[in-house]
Amino acid sequence: MAMAALRREGRRIAGPLMSPQPVNPLRSSLASSEEHALTGVRFISTQVVRNRMKSVRNIQKITKAMKMVAASKLRAIQTRAENSRGLWQPFTALLGDTPSVDVKKNVIVTISSDKGLCGGINSTSVKISRGLYKLNSGPEKESKYVILGEKAKAQLVRDSKKDIELSITELQKNPLNYTQVAVLADDILKNVEYDALRIVYNKFHSVVSFVPTTSTVLSPEVVEREAEAGGKLGELDSYEIEGGETKTEVLQNLAEFQFSCVLFNAVLENACSEQGARMSAMDSSSRNAGDMLDRLTLTYNRTRQASITTELIEIISGASALEG
Amino acid sequence: MSLWAYLSIPNEAHSSYQIGPHCSSLSFHFLPRNSTLRDTRFQNLEMLRQAQRFLLTRASASATRSTRPFSTDLPAETAGDSKFIDAWKKLIPNMDPPKTPSAYMAPRPPTPSTIPSKLTVNLVLPYDSVLSAKEVDMVIVPATTGQMGVLPGHVATIAELKPGILSVHEGNDVTKYFLSGGFAFVHANSVADIIAIEATPVDHIDLNLVQKGLAEFQQKLSSASTDVEKAEAQIGVDVHSALNAALTG
Repeated sequence: MAMAALRREGRRIAGPLMSPQPVNPLRSSLASSEEHALTGVRFISTQVVRNRMKSVRNIQKITKAMKMVAASKLRAIQTRAENSRGLWQPFTALLGDTPSVDVKKNVIVTISSDKGLCGGINSTSVKISRGLYKLNSGPEKESKYVILGEKAKAQLVRDSKKDIELSITELQKNPLNYTQVAVLADDILKNVEYDALRIVYNKFHSVVSFVPTTSTVLSPEVVEREAEAGGKLGELDSYEIEGGETKTEVLQNLAEFQFSCVLFNAVLENACSEQGARMSAMDSSSRNAGDMLDRLTLTYNRTRQASITTELIEIISGASALEG
Repeated sequence: MSLWAYLSIPNEAHSSYQIGPHCSSLSFHFLPRNSTLRDTRFQNLEMLRQAQRFLLTRASASATRSTRPFSTDLPAETAGDSKFIDAWKKLIPNMDPPKTPSAYMAPRPPTPSTIPSKLTVNLVLPYDSVLSAKEVDMVIVPATTGQMGVLPGHVATIAELKPGILSVHEGNDVTKYFLSGGFAFVHANSVADIIAIEATPVDHIDLNLVQKGLAEFQQKLSSASTDVEKAEAQIGVDVHSALNAALTG
């Protein structure tokens, strides 16, 4: 009778442990200790559960701290990103937005983060880049990648290694400023031949919403070609050019300036999105750790009570055996 | 109201914002909740069916009407975008197409038939929009070919700027900023966009430091050996002499 109760108790403990748990190591460690203890009693030791709880609690503290760090970094960079939003608007007002332009040499500039644990934004950027590559592939057309950030490089190097022209990492070692981005833009323009530059980044809408976006910067030759063809840039011919010797020179400077401005805004927006995504990833991680801790606490209490019950049963059955 | 989500037509950006205002006006026709549920529901469905037809016709009508002859960017932009979106959807159906900058920008006003009385100026820097949509009488920009005055109705221009003073005239007030260089676009609809890297009000500049800097860069220019050093020193001399002229002249 007592043994049946004990067996039932053991099965009740084993039950929640054996149910599908999100963490496999938990199950395996408990299962192994259960097998070890199977010879004596049919429940696991509280020590194992306590160790597990300690490590989950530590993880929860770490993720909470990371969330707060990301929140403070986000606050700092969000004002700068919002202030820089006016920078690309005059260019779009003048030259229009031409994502569907048909050119021979496409360069896809993918902006991503260096550090991980920031949700799915880097994967989204890479997927969009691959999509743009596919969209602009065809006879006589070629697309190349310029990658900013470690995470996109890790993903793109797997299947498009030969198409990566340039990759730049450690962008955020020093706080982002325009001079640094201008130098970077200059580097890219000098080393890469392009007809159209497509910058892929995550635009920061709010702390929970990041929208993948692509901005297109055309080379001066393509601008002239599109202006002659009419359509969006058809109005461009009506603009008088002041300064510089020739129209081509001014358009060249304009294209370079446009690229550096658009890149600056894109880098800031992506940095904001990264911090926001990290905040929400760490927040859900802390919440998960909290849930796991609750479950483990229940398990621990049950284990503890079961061992007390076992002791009592042993004592009582021993006593009743002596008596009767 | 989940029924409105069913109604929304996921097409071009311009048509979707056309539907919004109609939605709110039609929602007033819904009967209050305390009337008998079945009648309300039937009447609502009928209203919705009519609304859907109404919205579809309105959306298509407005799409054909939106080819305004003087607008510099509105119809062409959406055409380009929809071409991109369609091409994307055909090739990559599982992923939403990325947004493009035109989706985040308010469209510019069309070119009016008469010359407006005020010029709208936007002065943007990488760190801040100093002036955004400010109505002024005149601005004088430091173009590479000299100081250029821009009045409302100025011909459309793209001007490269050199370091110099930008003065904004509003009635009797004149605000002066020292620009480090950039570009200025004047559009046919009397909107001027000035993009510079730095713009400081002239009273924030210290004359002594300027003169010291000028002397230093002139000395560097005379002792420069490589082309790069010469170019850098020349830029320093240009900027400092412009600053000097701005403060003293």
